[in-house]
Amino acid sequence: MKLVKKILLYEIHNTIRSKWVILYTFFFFLVGYGLFTFSGDVNKAYISLMNIIIIVIPLVSIIFGSIYFYNSREFIEMMLSQPIDRKSLFLGIFLGTAIPLSAGFALGFSIPFLLFGKVGQQIDGFILLLLIGVLQTFIFIALSFLISVKQDDKSKGLGLAILIWLVLAVVYDGIVLLVIYYFQDYPLENAMIILSALNPIDLGRILFLMKFDIAALMGYTGAVFQRFFGSSSGIIISFGCLFVWILIPFFLSSRFFKKKDF
Amino acid sequence: MITVKNLVKNFGKNKVLKNVNLTIDEGKVTAIVGPNGSGKTTLIKTILGLVRPTSGIIEVDGAQIKDDYLYRNKIGYMPQIARYPENLTGNEIISLIKSIRESNEYNDEEILSSLKLITEMEKPFKNLSGGTKQKISAVIAFAFNAKIIILDEPTAGLDPISSSYFKDLVMKQKEGKKTIILTSHLMNEVQELSDEIVFLLEGDIKFKGTVQSLLEDKKETKLERAIAELMSQNDPEKGVSHSGLSGISGHSLSDS
Repeated sequence: MKLVKKILLYEIHNTIRSKWVILYTFFFFLVGYGLFTFSGDVNKAYISLMNIIIIVIPLVSIIFGSIYFYNSREFIEMMLSQPIDRKSLFLGIFLGTAIPLSAGFALGFSIPFLLFGKVGQQIDGFILLLLIGVLQTFIFIALSFLISVKQDDKSKGLGLAILIWLVLAVVYDGIVLLVIYYFQDYPLENAMIILSALNPIDLGRILFLMKFDIAALMGYTGAVFQRFFGSSSGIIISFGCLFVWILIPFFLSSRFFKKKDF
Repeated sequence: MITVKNLVKNFGKNKVLKNVNLTIDEGKVTAIVGPNGSGKTTLIKTILGLVRPTSGIIEVDGAQIKDDYLYRNKIGYMPQIARYPENLTGNEIISLIKSIRESNEYNDEEILSSLKLITEMEKPFKNLSGGTKQKISAVIAFAFNAKIIILDEPTAGLDPISSSYFKDLVMKQKEGKKTIILTSHLMNEVQELSDEIVFLLEGDIKFKGTVQSLLEDKKETKLERAIAELMSQNDPEKGVSHSGLSGISGHSLSDS
């Protein structure tokens, strides 16, 4: 654990100084500031923010994570020639990438909220959005590391990263709609819940929508969702699923990393 | 002492090391030479644990290195390509490595001043040239007083002054009874620095012995010619030929 801490501190040092993270923080600050200032309704500002978070965070995390890992290849090689075990190095690099990026988002998002977002009214919505954003960062960095460890070719790896984002952020919803259309005669509510749990972006979105009571707009399915995701056990299960989405790609990539040739 | 027994490494269908058996003696400079793709870097990386062998055993000071990482406290390594996190400085990397390594014996003052690195150590890596990064790799390899030093084409990116100082450094380490493993395409450098030569061709050791014995064996005065002859002897297309130098000219074995 001591080794992990050492690597982590240096990685955080390196990432924080990167222009990417500063730009990213500034982006969320600007978006939050714009939405809270120019939209009259705080709730509407929240929904717009949620949409941005759910699209931008996965995209930036998966691309940033892949580029960072590919660019660190020689450094990883150099570190592995030192007396350090692969597990500690991998965990150090993973946390050293995910923590500064999450912190960048949290900072950029929190400042306009605290200044203009009527803290008293929507504190639980703010915390939920913050949590979803941080979890999405960890999930997509873990996925990007999985891709980069398995695929040595940088351009193929980056292509795959964009493809995965595209599938989860855009194509998946189309598939869900198709399923609903073709199986409309069957009771699909439970299947929908399972399908949502299989996509971390959907999971984040639904969790947030439930909080804002927009589920009523989704008819009967919305009611089923409300019953499941709105209940405390539903929320716990959903967060559990999001954690599983971090753990599975992380442990898989850590395993591959242990056996990888550099 | 480093012992390599029946080492095989395949990358998919590509057989890079084919049953390599090798003993690298303590206190000597051993040069691993061979054309590009002959398996030199893979052999070095397997000793370092960067590449996992398909089969075979590697021992450092009598202990198997499999699943161990602490043995690397004994090794200083200078890679072929030097790249570091671009926003960190040389000093930060050195202090990270210092905190990882067990040894408290660290002395970089002389190397830093001789390689004119002192002012460069405070700059982030993104502002440093390839050669300067290479010099920082040299500091990492030498400054920790490791008993085994592995250098993968160390002088490739260095200017003549640094390269000359670097060679002095290797000679000094040799006097200090360090075990040094070196790969290089520069045959005059190999001749100047090394005691033993391991000639690798297509993942197989074709020759191992002292520089002198190779020169005597091939009746040559220059190592470059002796190696070229070794290569043409082992080239199935050319058979035993004295005239064909397998495309080798100038000072480089395979960059031609």
